[in-house]
Parts: sequence; C-alpha cells; structure tokens
Amino acid sequence: MGGVARFWREIPQRYNLIGNKCEECGQVFFPPRESCPKCRRKSMGKIKEIKLTGKGKIVTYSIIHVGPEEFEEQVPYPIAIIQLDEGPRITAQIVDCDIHDVKIGMKVESTFRKIQQDGSTGAIYYGYKFIKRK
Amino acid sequence: MREVAVIGIGITKFGELWDKSFRQLIAEAGSKAILDAGIEGKEIDEMYVGSMSSGRFVGQEHVGALVADAAGFSHMHIPSTRVEGACASGGLAVRQGYLSIASGMNDIVVVGGMEKMNDVGGNDATATLATAADQEWEAFFGTTFPALYAMIATRHMHEYGTTKEQLAQVAVKNHANGAKNPYAQYRREITLELAMNATTVAYPLGLLDCSPVTDGAASLILCAADKAKKYTDKAIKIIGSGQGSDSLALHGRRDICTLDATVHAAKTAYKQAGITSKDIDFAEVHDCFTIAEICAIEDLGFVKKGEGGKAIDNKITTLDGSLPVNTSGGLKSKGHPVGATGVAQMVEVTQQLRGEAEARQLKDAKIGLAHNVGGSGATCVIHIMEAM
Ligand SMILES: [Zn+2]
Repeated sequence: MGGVARFWREIPQRYNLIGNKCEECGQVFFPPRESCPKCRRKSMGKIKEIKLTGKGKIVTYSIIHVGPEEFEEQVPYPIAIIQLDEGPRITAQIVDCDIHDVKIGMKVESTFRKIQQDGSTGAIYYGYKFIKRK
Repeated sequence: MREVAVIGIGITKFGELWDKSFRQLIAEAGSKAILDAGIEGKEIDEMYVGSMSSGRFVGQEHVGALVADAAGFSHMHIPSTRVEGACASGGLAVRQGYLSIASGMNDIVVVGGMEKMNDVGGNDATATLATAADQEWEAFFGTTFPALYAMIATRHMHEYGTTKEQLAQVAVKNHANGAKNPYAQYRREITLELAMNATTVAYPLGLLDCSPVTDGAASLILCAADKAKKYTDKAIKIIGSGQGSDSLALHGRRDICTLDATVHAAKTAYKQAGITSKDIDFAEVHDCFTIAEICAIEDLGFVKKGEGGKAIDNKITTLDGSLPVNTSGGLKSKGHPVGATGVAQMVEVTQQLRGEAEARQLKDAKIGLAHNVGGSGATCVIHIMEAM
C-alpha cells in the first residue's frame, strides 16, 4: 500500500514507538499529534516527543483467518488493540505465542519485526508487533 | 428551517449483477424514483449521490456529473455532487439533500446511492473496503475490516457476556426478513446451526456474521414538505436528521463497544424530532456485521448498553417483535452495496410507512429510523421518518 515515501515518513513511530506528550495536561499521544485536542492552543509549543516503553495489555483482539493479500501467508494470526502503559491505544499483531493463548488483559511488550512486503516493488516494511510479557 | 419530505423512491435488485453497469444501476434507481414521485426533470433543483469508492471499484471518479448524465439531465446542467463517507456515503448524500431543502435553497432534490463492487475480484473488494479503516495505523499492521468488528465483538462478549449464538441469531432473523424482500441479494432463510458453523473470517465472526459484496443502487426524491401535496398524497416526512463523527481508528474510541458517533447522531435526530428512542416503532440499522446490529440497538437507546444480545434472545427485533429491526433483511441479507446502503434503508422505511412493504409489512408503524455507519464507526448518519 502506498509509495515508499509514505512508509518512510512513519519510520520513527513504527520503528521506535516515538509518540508525544502534552505538557499542559500530561496526555500522551501515539501516533504523535500536532496539538492537544483537549488543551488546543494552550498546548502550542508544549508538545514534546517521547519514546514509549512498548509495555501494555490487550484490550481486545481477533484471530484473522481471511487476511489481506500481503498477509495471506500468515493466517491465522492474532490482531489486538493494546493499551500502552503511558495511555495510548494501538493496533498490532500478537506473535510468538499459541493463538489460543491470546486473551483480554494479557500483558504484552513491543518487538521490532517485518510487517509486510510490497508485492510489486519488493520493498519490505518493518514496524512493531507485540509478544507476551515475561 | 423548512420541513422536508420523501415523495419518491426507487431501488434496483441487489446482488451480483454481472449484466448491469454502474451507470445503468443508478439510472434505473433514479428513474424509478422520479416516476414514483411524478416530477418532471425540469423541476429538479439539485442532485446528491453517495458512492464510497467508485474509483477503486469501477475505475471511475467524477460520478456526480456521471449520474446526472446517465439520468439524461446533462443538457439541463443540474448541479450534481458526489458525497463520500465510506459505507455511510448514501446516508450522507440524503443529509446533504435534506439540508439544501431545509435551508430554503432548493425545493426538489434527487438523492442517489450506488456501488458496483463485483467488477473487481474478492481481494480487491476487501482491500477497498479496508480503506474505510485507518490505513497507516490499522490496515498497515494487518487488520482487516471484519477484524475491526470482530474486536468489538470480542470485547462485547467479555464485558457483557454476549454469545456467538446471539450474533448468529441476528443473521438468522435478517435472512428471514430478506427472504420476504424481492430486492434482497439473499432471499433465503438460514438455520442457526448453519450460521454458527460457518467458516471463521475473523474470530469470533464467521462468514454468516458478515454482509456480502453487492452491486446495487437506490434513490429518493426529496421535496419541501409544503409543496409535497402537489405531487403525492403518500409523502413521508423526515422529522429528524443527525450526523456524528469519531476517531478513524477503532483504537482511538472512548469505548470499544460503543459507537459514540451513533450516540451523537441519534441524540441530535431525536431532539430535532422532539421524540425519544421509545417513540421509534421500527428501524433499519447498519448491520454490516452481526455485532454491529447489537451495538446499534444499544447506541440508539432501544435497549441498555450490554443488553443487545438479550434483546435478540427475547425476539424484540423480529418482524412481529415490539421493535422490528431490519425488516428489509438488513445489510446482511438484502446486501450491502456500500454507497447505496444509506439510501436503500430509507427506501425500506418509506415503504413500511406507506404500507407498501408487502410480506414484510408491519402493523401500525408510524415512526421509523434509518441508521447508516461509515467504517468501524467514525461516521454515523441517522434519519427519522414519519407518515404525513
Ligand atoms: Zn493537553
């Protein structure tokens, strides 16, 4: 999906979980926001980049049996919404575990993986997936 | 603000319509509606058409003008605008038409919705539907559109004890209704066993929890209510119109199990109509997946949050229940040509209120509601209708 530039723009967030934080109210955003939806103009100049720990727990999940073309080889695979300890929720795959072990409330941490390969250009895209926290 | 009425309706057969093109479908629905309303082409002030992704489905953008052309109005230069809000595109087109009449700008507006989804292969259709989700932060990581609703279902089951059987019962009910609808894609009943044992698409949702890929179009003729009598004695008034938006990604929502866009749109529409959810006699809700119907009846205030599954068990929403839902068969059985859906829902509500729903006809239905959702809930548009 999309060109290489489209992917390249999101590298800091997808490789290193770089989000940001409103220093006015303390809310953390991932992906980063230009301003705080709550503090609006008061947040101007007070949005600071932060690196998220990648620790969190599963809010909900599904096991995908019919996947998009780029993910067909991986089915069945679990996808989940994860609440990060810093607050934001993100969507990612859960890997390195039996799909039947995936549960709401399970503690997880992020890991850096290959996400998909573009069929036409051959470009490999990387980003975060999550594993069960030890 | 002026009152607005529906004075004409038109709909095509829904299904895999290999012999019909995109423009034939919308021309058919539009001419049926124009004929039904008894208006002349020169009386049309403006047109709004809903299409989610004609560019990806049939390689054609600029479909506002195309629709006016296909309807034979190009020489009249009628303003015609395409409206997009994923699967809510049709409902949004109706709302644009409604607003343009309510404002006093227009007297008669043609509204249409259409999608031709079967000209591309299954993979392309799936990828196109996924563009309703957040491409960078959901789809990139391997989420499918069914998986988003599946995640709503998993959480709903966890929080409220909703069961897979209750989900399946939604499909069974909607197929029973669709069997009675001559325009439906699937005119056959299904058993609970079949629904429960269908192939898994995205756990906990199986194939029969999902609405199909559909070709089809629908159209309404809207008219200033004070001028409606000139054309028909069976005008149906739109007494409330509401719209809401929310985060594009499911993970950005306040609550996974609540579509706040629906809650917001419903609140606006009920307030405008001067009614509460208790005054609604029947509804067409956006059951793109079975769990979506359960969330919808909760978010519209028909039952308390978490009790949608129980409402299915208690048969409240069947044709002879106290609050029939998706008498048309819903998206599940009637089919879901995404851009057409919001308009088609209002065709059904109009038919019920006119007493023209034949085998599906409800007794004493006075006020009906149409609920149309885009994506996993980032857009919602609701219209409430009443016989004049
Ligand atoms: Zn703030």
